[in-house]
This record gives sequence, structure tokens and C-alpha cells, in this order.
Amino acid sequence: MIPEFIRASIFALGLTATAGMAEEPFIIVQSTTSTQNSGLLDYILPGFEAETGIDVRVVAVGTGQAIRNAINGDGDVLLVHSKPAEEQFVTDGWGVERFDVMYNDFVLVGPKSDPAKVKVDADIVAALAAVASSQAPFVSRGDDSGTHKAEMRHWEAVGVDPTEASGTWYREAGAGMGASLNVASGMGAYILTDRATWLSFGNRGDLEILVEGDPRLFNQYGVTLVNPEKHPGVRAAAGQRFIDWLIGPDGQAGIESYELDGQQMFFPNAN
Amino acid sequence: MQDFASEFTRALSLILEGDSELWAIVLLSLRVSIFAVLISALIGMPFGAALAVARFRGRRALIILVNALMGLPPVVVGLLVYLMLSRSGPLGVLELLYTPTAMIIAQVVLVTPIMAALTRQVVEILAEEYSEQLRSLGVSRLASVPVLLWDARLALVTALLAGFGRAIAEVGAVIIVGGNINHVTRVMTTTIALETSKGNLALALALGVILIGLAIAVNAMVSALALRAEREGLSHA
Repeated sequence: MIPEFIRASIFALGLTATAGMAEEPFIIVQSTTSTQNSGLLDYILPGFEAETGIDVRVVAVGTGQAIRNAINGDGDVLLVHSKPAEEQFVTDGWGVERFDVMYNDFVLVGPKSDPAKVKVDADIVAALAAVASSQAPFVSRGDDSGTHKAEMRHWEAVGVDPTEASGTWYREAGAGMGASLNVASGMGAYILTDRATWLSFGNRGDLEILVEGDPRLFNQYGVTLVNPEKHPGVRAAAGQRFIDWLIGPDGQAGIESYELDGQQMFFPNAN
Repeated sequence: MQDFASEFTRALSLILEGDSELWAIVLLSLRVSIFAVLISALIGMPFGAALAVARFRGRRALIILVNALMGLPPVVVGLLVYLMLSRSGPLGVLELLYTPTAMIIAQVVLVTPIMAALTRQVVEILAEEYSEQLRSLGVSRLASVPVLLWDARLALVTALLAGFGRAIAEVGAVIIVGGNINHVTRVMTTTIALETSKGNLALALALGVILIGLAIAVNAMVSALALRAEREGLSHA
């Protein structure tokens, strides 16, 4: 048990440090960088906050880290994009129930000169096979994120273990989407990215989209309430209210109407 | 290539026009780091001074340890504080994770060894100079700590500034324990990291220049105060 005076003094410190910040109800959403970097959350959240008075605090990390943080109870809602990992999260009892929210797609970007000649077909598996056989530089997230998990699934389909070439043509950045795109842009490498982050990315350099439209590049986002039975501190009521809003007509319409440079970023598909 | 000059002008005009979001970020950065430095000074300076004058077994080892802790990697500190403050951690009930208080705690852990190590060095030299005087007055070693700290105050300003520099510049710890939440825990360095990840390199760099400008301003202010104090001290002497 923590002595009361320590608790009180830490509380006082917190108040002083955050003086002027109104204490309003809030929830913490563990989410991915793509939802934040694309500007989607900044666009739709004010609507929810105005309607409910609940402040939504977003921690944007990779899907793998978001799930681990949620397992530790450091969030009330999980909004990420790796369906198998999310379902595992629920099966293991950490989450209450997972709902589809929206989708977009992954794209393979690379240098305009396209040294591996991947721009022939909307076939991600053939494209990665071409990258591997030509040993053209490829940047991987290498951080257990949703995009990294998707990339690894495609390599598995190719039948190549690229990590054996790690450090040569296969570069594991171990970083977020944006940071990895900066690496790829700097070295003229191929990289798999979600379309939203790509469209909002400002440092493309010589890179452009080379492979898109393969159904296997589908990128589904889901939302899950962290299980209050595992972590009694979870703000379950407010979190559930956010989930209901997100997969309800208002949230879905907000997602539908968000555009960047005239392009829709995410496609709502809650049931 | 993005136009650095125009991005820098943009960032600067945001500051000058009083863009409330940017100002809130700047103020939070200052508030967190100044708080952290003051708390670190309260802990680190007496500890460092005591370490300078006390004589006990293992003192050398402790000095080496404190000096080494000046090089604590911020990411590791962030991780340790995260594990403490997480709802699954021992202090989870306090609900401090992802608050400015959590960021202050992490920076206190980073800065306190700097305060202690630099104070130890300054006070040790001073204590040698004063040793006969103090002994003739019959002051015990530990009892001399407040006097020594007071007399070393001008030299200790450097320790404060070194600590502040470390605190205001670090990103690894505050991004883990603060979460870089907009309007809540977003500070200058985490904003720079975010803009870099968006590929807005020029804006990120411009924010970096502003951060350096702030650091210069704080240093100049403190140094001016110290200079004035020194002059007054001389005129009274």
C-alpha cells in the first residue's frame, strides 16, 4: 500500500504540472500510427468529444506494442489493424469483443526506376519474389506492427525467409511506418505501407506506388474494449460509448467523409 | 526537396502569432522540464554534497556509480517508469501513466544523477578549501553540507543548466511514459518525432531550431541572474 502522503504529494505535483487543464472524463485509446498520421482521428474525434464530453486520448504506436500496452491495462480501447492478433487478444480474455470498423489497403512503394521490375501485375506475392531474386533493397518495419505482420504473411506466401538476408538487401528498420518510410526514401528501397500513411507522408523522394489492388493487400481495422474484468481500472462505460459511436452511423459517416487531397483514406465497414 | 526556409518561417510565425496549440506544446515542455530539474536539484544536490564530504566504505564505488548514471539511456528510464506506472505495475493505482506527472518522474530519474555528480565535484573542491575553517568551528562533515551548497551556489547553476539541457532535449523517456497524446502530453521533442514520422522534415527541423532557441533563452536568463548575483556578492564583500 502506498502511504497516503506520497499519494497526496504526487497528486499535488500532477495538479500543478497540469494546472489549467480541465479535468474532464477521458478514455485512452491504444492505436496505430496510421490512424493518427493520416489525420483521421483529429478529424473525427471532435464530433464524439462534443457529443459526449468524453476526451479521447490517443497513444499511437505499432499494433504489436498497442496490444501489449492494452494487455498491461494501459488503455481502455484498442483500435488497430491485425485481425488475427486482435482475435487472439479477445480469446485470451484481454478484450471483450472485437468489431470491424473500417478498411483500406496496403501498397508496395519503391523507386520510380523499379530495378526489380515489380510493376507488372497487381500481385504482391510475385512482386516480393521479384524483389528477393533481384536482391533490390527492401525496408521492413521489423517491429511486430500490423503492417509488419502483413508483410511477413506475404513473404511466407513467397516461400522466402527475408530475415536470412537481414542487413544485406533486406533492412529491418525496427521503427514506425513514417520512420521506416524515411529510411526507404533515403535509400531508394521498396517498402510495404498502408495507403493512408503513404498519402499523408511528406518525404516521398523518388518513391511511388508500384503494386496496388491485389485483394491480399486488404487492410482491416478493428476496435476492442479492454476487458474490465482483467483490469478494474478500465473506463468501460466511456470506452464502450466510444466504440458504439465509432461503429454507429455518426462514426462511420465521419470515416467515410475524411479525405486528404481529394482521396478517401478509410472505408467504413462496421456491421 | 522541401523548402526549409519556408517551413522555418512557418513554424516561427506560428510561434510569433501566438498559435495556441504550438504555444501549449512549448509551455508544457518548459513546465515539465523545469519541474523535473527543480525536484532533481532538491534530491541530487544535497546527496551530491553529502557524498563529497562524507567518508565511508564504498564511497568511491558510489561516486563511480553516480557518475555512470549520468549516461542513463532515456529509453531505458522510460521503460522502467512505464513498468512502474502501468496498471499492471506496482504504482498502477495512481493512474499516472500518460500524464505530465509521469514525464516529470522520468526526467527526475534522468536528471538527478547529473545534479548529484556535478554537485559532488564542485563541493568536494570547496570542502577542501574550507576544511580548516570548518574544523576550527567544530562543524561536523555532514552539518557543513548546507553551508557548502550555499557557497557553491554560483557553480551549481551550471549543474542546473546541464540538467535542464538533458531534460528539455530528451524524447526517449517522455514518449513512452507520456504517450505523445495531443493536448495532454505532447511536448516539443515528441512533436518533432511525430512530424519526422509524417515526413514533414522541414517542419520538424524548424521546431528543432525553436527548441534550441528556447534552450539558449533559458541559459542566457539563468546566466544573467547568476552574473548579477555574483556582482552583488562582490559589492557586499
